[in-house]
Amino acid sequence: MTNCPTLIVLVGLPARGKTYISKKLTRYLNWIGVPTKEFNVGQYRRECLKIYKSFEFFRPDNEEGLKIRRQCAMAALNDVRQYLSVEGGQVAVFDATNTTRERRGTIVKFAEQNGFKVFFVESVCEDPDVIAQNIVQVKLGSPDYIHTNTEEAIEDFMKRIKCYESSYQPLDEVLDRDLSYIKIMDVGRRYLVNRVLDHIQSRIVYYLMNIHITPRSIYLCRHGESDLNIKGRIGGDSGLSARGKEFASRLRKFIQDQNIKDLKVWTSQMKRTIQTAECLGVPYEQWKSLNEIDAGVCEEMMYEEIQEHYPLEFALRDQDKYRYRYPKGESYEDLVQRLEPVIMELERQENVLVICHQAVMRCLLAYFLDKTADELPYLKCSLHSVLKLTPMAYGCKVESVCLGVEAVNTHRNRPEVGLISPPVSKTNRLCDFGLIYVDVSQKKKKS
Amino acid sequence: GSAMGQQPASVPQFCNSPTMIVMVGLPARGKTYISKKLTRYLNWIGVPTKVFNVGQYRREAVKTYKNFEFFKPDNEEAMRIRKACASAALKDVSAYFTKEHGQVAVFDATNTTRERRAIIISFAKERGYKVFFVESICEDPEIIAENIKQVKFGSPDYVDRDIDEAMEDFIQRIECYRANYMSIDDEKDRKLSYIKIFDVGSRYLVNRVQDHIQSRIVYYLMNIHVTPRSIYLSRHGESELNLSGRIGGDAGLSSRGQKYANALATFMRGQTIKDLKVWTSHMKRTIQTAEALGVQYEQWKALNEIDAGVCEEMTYEEIQENFPEEFALRDQDKYRYRYPKGESYEDLVHRLEPVIMELERQENVLVICHQAVMRCLLAYFLDKPADELPYLRCPLHTVLKLTPVAYGCKVESFFLNIEAVNTHRERPVNVNINRNPEEALHTVPDHI
Repeated sequence: MTNCPTLIVLVGLPARGKTYISKKLTRYLNWIGVPTKEFNVGQYRRECLKIYKSFEFFRPDNEEGLKIRRQCAMAALNDVRQYLSVEGGQVAVFDATNTTRERRGTIVKFAEQNGFKVFFVESVCEDPDVIAQNIVQVKLGSPDYIHTNTEEAIEDFMKRIKCYESSYQPLDEVLDRDLSYIKIMDVGRRYLVNRVLDHIQSRIVYYLMNIHITPRSIYLCRHGESDLNIKGRIGGDSGLSARGKEFASRLRKFIQDQNIKDLKVWTSQMKRTIQTAECLGVPYEQWKSLNEIDAGVCEEMMYEEIQEHYPLEFALRDQDKYRYRYPKGESYEDLVQRLEPVIMELERQENVLVICHQAVMRCLLAYFLDKTADELPYLKCSLHSVLKLTPMAYGCKVESVCLGVEAVNTHRNRPEVGLISPPVSKTNRLCDFGLIYVDVSQKKKKS
Repeated sequence: GSAMGQQPASVPQFCNSPTMIVMVGLPARGKTYISKKLTRYLNWIGVPTKVFNVGQYRREAVKTYKNFEFFKPDNEEAMRIRKACASAALKDVSAYFTKEHGQVAVFDATNTTRERRAIIISFAKERGYKVFFVESICEDPEIIAENIKQVKFGSPDYVDRDIDEAMEDFIQRIECYRANYMSIDDEKDRKLSYIKIFDVGSRYLVNRVQDHIQSRIVYYLMNIHVTPRSIYLSRHGESELNLSGRIGGDAGLSSRGQKYANALATFMRGQTIKDLKVWTSHMKRTIQTAEALGVQYEQWKALNEIDAGVCEEMTYEEIQENFPEEFALRDQDKYRYRYPKGESYEDLVHRLEPVIMELERQENVLVICHQAVMRCLLAYFLDKPADELPYLRCPLHTVLKLTPVAYGCKVESFFLNIEAVNTHRERPVNVNINRNPEEALHTVPDHI
């Protein structure tokens, strides 16, 4: 994608969603494979100050306060430089108010000196309800206010915002016409986009224009248990087993009881998810992108058969399950790429139930719960359980619902042995590893 | 039996209400350019879209264009005609939605007064159509002059005029609109959904995007540019599997294929292109071809050839023998037919969309890909419909150079003089599942 690293600089008064945007954007970029890290200057300030007394710290005439705040910003920029120039990071998100032209000028100069591109993200909002909601959701729980009662905290925070207001210079259409930026107004009702320079900035703009903060829940589950699941075979396109059908009918009842407004239901184009959705008795949309990972030459095999016919491949997969691509098949990394439009549309939507597959669900879950590529292929996504994800503060609340229908376990844990490339002569040892972790209900684990 | 009719598209169709895209802007601001390009893109991704250019209705009503006086705001007779043309166009929009299953109509006119826009809004509201405005604002005299040169001189209005007269007249025409031009107002029109494009894309203002399709449209409009450039499309050099008439697989180049790779390197050097980007798929044959160029190249999995599923690496004769019914079904609807455990052309278009988006962002690019993939990309650039797409001719060892020009794309074809097998199979006459093998194999090209 890009050669130069990119510095994303947030701009806006307190409680305008800067940290929310920073964290969400960082999560998205990491998920699509762009190494990204956020640098929250407020955190540097908390480390420096240890205890937050009151809004007085932020008064524009508080010289001591200004000195500390400037130092914190410099320390954060230093760490940005370390991350982008030394540690191989590609995007750094600089989360601070950055409300004066002077401060932004300093950052632009810093970026120029280091060969970073700069893209500003300004959040402008004057809706008092939105701001109040913001304060309640994220400020009251902040380390700054942990020992303050709610009313006092709100009052102090409002005064804090006032400290910035008088010196706030929003990005200006004329004065800042040579900068690259997006100005987000009223939580996404309106956007002003100026001088998008490259692919990554274009993707960032598209993402920011699709996210919203309307409360909603996303339900993730796999299809009901399938005939191939029972046989311990991976992939394929089989129908539901009797227990799978039972799950589908309990899912129907669960959905009805939840009484969800305008629920959208999505499935893949494979029989087992479609059959599951059919039982719900509501309209559903099919996405080919939600199809299970293509296991190529290993399609419909049992793990024992893969071990027998492709022992080397089997071992390579365990070494790097995220990037490993089945011969004539796909990798988890490929899966993430094909799921990106699904994630983008999930961001646009409100209440959605996604009926999918094990590897697919792991990828989607990793996006919502900010799991690394390393953890992703080992996330537990059991048959017959539904995960309800509800965005909350800066993250996602997860509730796991068990609908009480038995199913085989299809989860294969990460093998314990280290990452050594196995020479052919060690085939016997691989046999052991290969079989130890197959965990189909009727089989006992080998020691 | 065929489940063809029930096979869903790869992506859910997110359009419920039909949508009207309404262009806004003075003459020579790129409205028609945007209208045509956007329409081409939407049709390619599977959203039935049509342009309604009010100027064309006017040319039909007023056979001969005299001069700019027609457009003077105090010319009552002309005003009546122009209003009637706009109404006729709106009527056709309605017919397109209700009778022709259209999903998006692009209403291409100046629409520079609030009054005119209000008429359109109430027309749409009455019928339950969504409205999204696209306003193009530009005051750079160089851009406007370039615009006039590129598209206005060739217009039917000026076809018999000399250049300086035409330029003079057109500038007066623009002035006729300027006095009454009311740009979309950020305050008064805050409830409308729109994008304002400033100075050919250096700045955008986006307000109230309502749904998926509007979001896609905004993303597309923000990625296109008008900087002159060329896109080169080529297949990999002839492969070993090509020689034996087998489809798919992941074979390396034949010796002729290798010769082509070298010839391609020479050809591209001869083109002396500034900052050429080279893209390949993840398959050996495109990578080997790129290697001969001796420059950096980027691999896209999305550029991999269509997955023929159970038919991978078979000859057409073997497909006819093993899967005669599938073979016939494919001939019946080659665009939507999906190989068992494989893909359809329709799936291919969906996975190539990010490639097209990035091609729009880029400047000079050479894409080394595969037959089905190249057909999809070519169909996008040349606005070919779904039923023609799978039969576009993309022979081996031939480079297509596409250069955007006026409202379309100039195509130059370069055969680099290295022989290769023909891999193009025309649609046979008999596509019935009960046909005999000779009828099925009638159009298969020769191979070893």
